[in-house]
Amino acid sequence: MLIKKSEDIKPSKITPRELYMNRRQFILAASATALSAATVLNGIDSPFSSSPAIAGQKLNNVRKSSFSATEKQNSFKDITNYNNFYELGTDKTDPAENAKYLTTRPWTVSVEGEVKKAKTYDIDDLIKIAPLEERIYRMRCVEAWSMVIPWVGFPLSSLVKLAEPTGNAKFIHFVTLQDPKRLPGQKYAVLDWPYVEGLRMDEAMHPLTILSVGLYGEVLPAQNGAPIRLVVPWKYGFKGIKSIVRIRFVEKQPPTSWNISAPQEYGFYSNVNPEVDHPRWSQATERRIGEFFRRKTLMFNGYGEQVADLYRGMDLKKYY
Amino acid sequence: MSYWRALKPVTFIACLIPLGQLLYNAWTDNLSANPIEFITHFTGDWTLIFLLASLSVTPLRQISGWNELIKYRRMLGLFAFFYVVLHFATYMVLDHFFDFQAIVKDVMKRPYVTAGFTGFVLMIPLAITSTAGMIRRLGKRWQQLHRFVYVVGIAGVIHFYWLVKADIRRPVQYGAVLALLLGYRLVKWMPALWGRLAQSSSPIGARQLSE
Repeated sequence: MLIKKSEDIKPSKITPRELYMNRRQFILAASATALSAATVLNGIDSPFSSSPAIAGQKLNNVRKSSFSATEKQNSFKDITNYNNFYELGTDKTDPAENAKYLTTRPWTVSVEGEVKKAKTYDIDDLIKIAPLEERIYRMRCVEAWSMVIPWVGFPLSSLVKLAEPTGNAKFIHFVTLQDPKRLPGQKYAVLDWPYVEGLRMDEAMHPLTILSVGLYGEVLPAQNGAPIRLVVPWKYGFKGIKSIVRIRFVEKQPPTSWNISAPQEYGFYSNVNPEVDHPRWSQATERRIGEFFRRKTLMFNGYGEQVADLYRGMDLKKYY
Repeated sequence: MSYWRALKPVTFIACLIPLGQLLYNAWTDNLSANPIEFITHFTGDWTLIFLLASLSVTPLRQISGWNELIKYRRMLGLFAFFYVVLHFATYMVLDHFFDFQAIVKDVMKRPYVTAGFTGFVLMIPLAITSTAGMIRRLGKRWQQLHRFVYVVGIAGVIHFYWLVKADIRRPVQYGAVLALLLGYRLVKWMPALWGRLAQSSSPIGARQLSE
């Protein structure tokens, strides 16, 4: 069914209204749960070092960022119940329902390829390579809807610097976990699994580009790409590859999943561009989740001032 | 057979259950984060379901011999029209808020919208001519006119198929059911079609056949 009936969602999956309406109360409740769980398991120290990270667990020492948008943020409920994460199902409400399958510990991320310091990071070490920041970004989906999301993460550039790319590293190739048990959507060849994405090196080094590990000050829920995902706010949402296990530095432009699936519709760059329509629908306007009237879509999703230079002289109709 | 007589109003009410479900979801704030998309998909889905249901009446009747079924064909067809009106109204009012310029552009430029709009427009004369008076007045031409429902079905499934991004399972399921229903008719009509073809071919051929 395209439309999920409300009965399909288990009551336990629905955040009580009072909780998501009151952030403070919610965070308190969630951290209390996490605290008790962590204490029982093995005591607690900084962020969530040795205890399994639980979605909803509070992240400590998160800095504010001047890159954050000041627009009204979408609710935690909307951000975590309206997702495109085909590995957890193709309906928007599927990922929240199937989130339970995606266990995120143990988890490693292999940084490899054209680098001097190739290394397989344990996720709990990886999130400590740089201070965590809150980045409130607009997210524009290629399907012409958008949200404002308070991510928590760190700049991808921090990791790139640690890896020390060689002169041959021109692009970065990202790969999602391949495991149909934990990502049951991979049982169907809707896309060519595992999901792969890529960035040009200068895009990867841009200060707006982050690896996100949290949302609303808490550990990233599975349906949003836990434990670690890419966020590139001036590109369509699908560039933000989720549940990453491999980050490979390469010389040639890497293949990307949606481009493999429909090359005329999804390019490598996929910058938000109101003037270049998707072949099947217009990209000129978008519906901000929670709003009635459509908004005009902004060039580079409103981040043109920061990123337009990256594409100077490029024909953006050709390199869509 | 008063038992069977009750079946018709029961069916009528059953056909309103999807609308009731939609209203209930709206009332309980359960239309997802994107209610307009939800309503659009919901009403579109039910349009296709009622279209296929109305197209399955004749094959089911002929196979089962249960002629009573014919009494439900018009009702199912009109419910398909009812849900497509809601579907189009959602698109026009909620999605584009009477931005006719955007709508016209969409219909002209976006193949999936063109297909859907074609299906919708073709359903209008079928709904208008569904009354007993119209059936009587149009006589033989009524049946010819109402054969357009096959085009409507194809347009509806194509509309859905062209709109999905990658997961084509649902539209393919609808397509498979439609192919089955139209295929049945094709097989049924084959002898008659052959006959007509033979008649209209060259007189020599016809004579040879008769000899």
